[in-house]
Amino acid sequence: MNLYTYASPANFYHLAGKLIPWFAWGAGLLTVWGLYISFFLAPTDFQQSEAYRIIFIHVPAAWMSMFIYLVMAFWGAIGLAFNTRLSFMMARALAPTGALFTFIALWTGALWGKPMWGAWWVWDARLTSELILLFLYVGIIALWAAIDDVKRGDRAGSLLTLIGAINVPIIYFSVKWWNTLHQGSSINLTKAPSMAAIMLQGMLVMAIAAWLYTIAVALVRVRRIILERERQTDWAKAILEAE
Amino acid sequence: MEWASWSDFWHMAGYGLYVWGSYAVTAACILVEVILLKRAGTDTRRRLKRMQQWEEQ
Repeated sequence: MNLYTYASPANFYHLAGKLIPWFAWGAGLLTVWGLYISFFLAPTDFQQSEAYRIIFIHVPAAWMSMFIYLVMAFWGAIGLAFNTRLSFMMARALAPTGALFTFIALWTGALWGKPMWGAWWVWDARLTSELILLFLYVGIIALWAAIDDVKRGDRAGSLLTLIGAINVPIIYFSVKWWNTLHQGSSINLTKAPSMAAIMLQGMLVMAIAAWLYTIAVALVRVRRIILERERQTDWAKAILEAE
Repeated sequence: MEWASWSDFWHMAGYGLYVWGSYAVTAACILVEVILLKRAGTDTRRRLKRMQQWEEQ
């Protein structure tokens, strides 16, 4: 067996079907654990009191919003370069969940901003670029939906994804490049984290849970897309008859 | 343990609306996504099956 076996939609359909329950259960269990840390182990913050507990969804959601976009751009690039069918399907399968996490990051940010800054929303670089990310997701999904020809749609959507990828580093570094109300990153790759270990642990557990959730729903979605596109093949017909 | 009572827990030191507003909407979003995903899955399979039966006739 070699790895390229799974680049074929038929094989990937079966593999994904086997993997989904593992990711879904993993996501569920880690969410329970993460919530337990977030509400029962993590102490009250000395500056923000209990309001800081929003961090346990806000930060993982914001990470996911950016990371899913980069993964979509990666699949789009692979698809455009090598014309691999499955890559485009993966890109399409990820977009709605990316948009969802972007919305959650914005929503929880507003609910955190109000008690801490006194404003639901400010037009600064971090918030504005994250809002643009939401518009990019929605625009890409709408573009896919508007183009009936699957191949043309794939290419157009992926091209737009790649162009929009410039926004991701802008979001990430916006708190360094411009003055902002938004606090700087609590953790980054070069410095020690500026938060209590248990708070960090809660955030990371929730982030991994969000990852597993994303993989699970993206796999469910990609299976549907595979079946739809491969419906003329014998293997897809056999599956539809069996189900 | 951080909480003296359940009402303390829901109150969140006065930030209950913001904290629970965040968690509730997140939970609702995920629930909606899962339900829509399930429904889309059954709809697509049903539709493809019907198309297949048509083609066989």
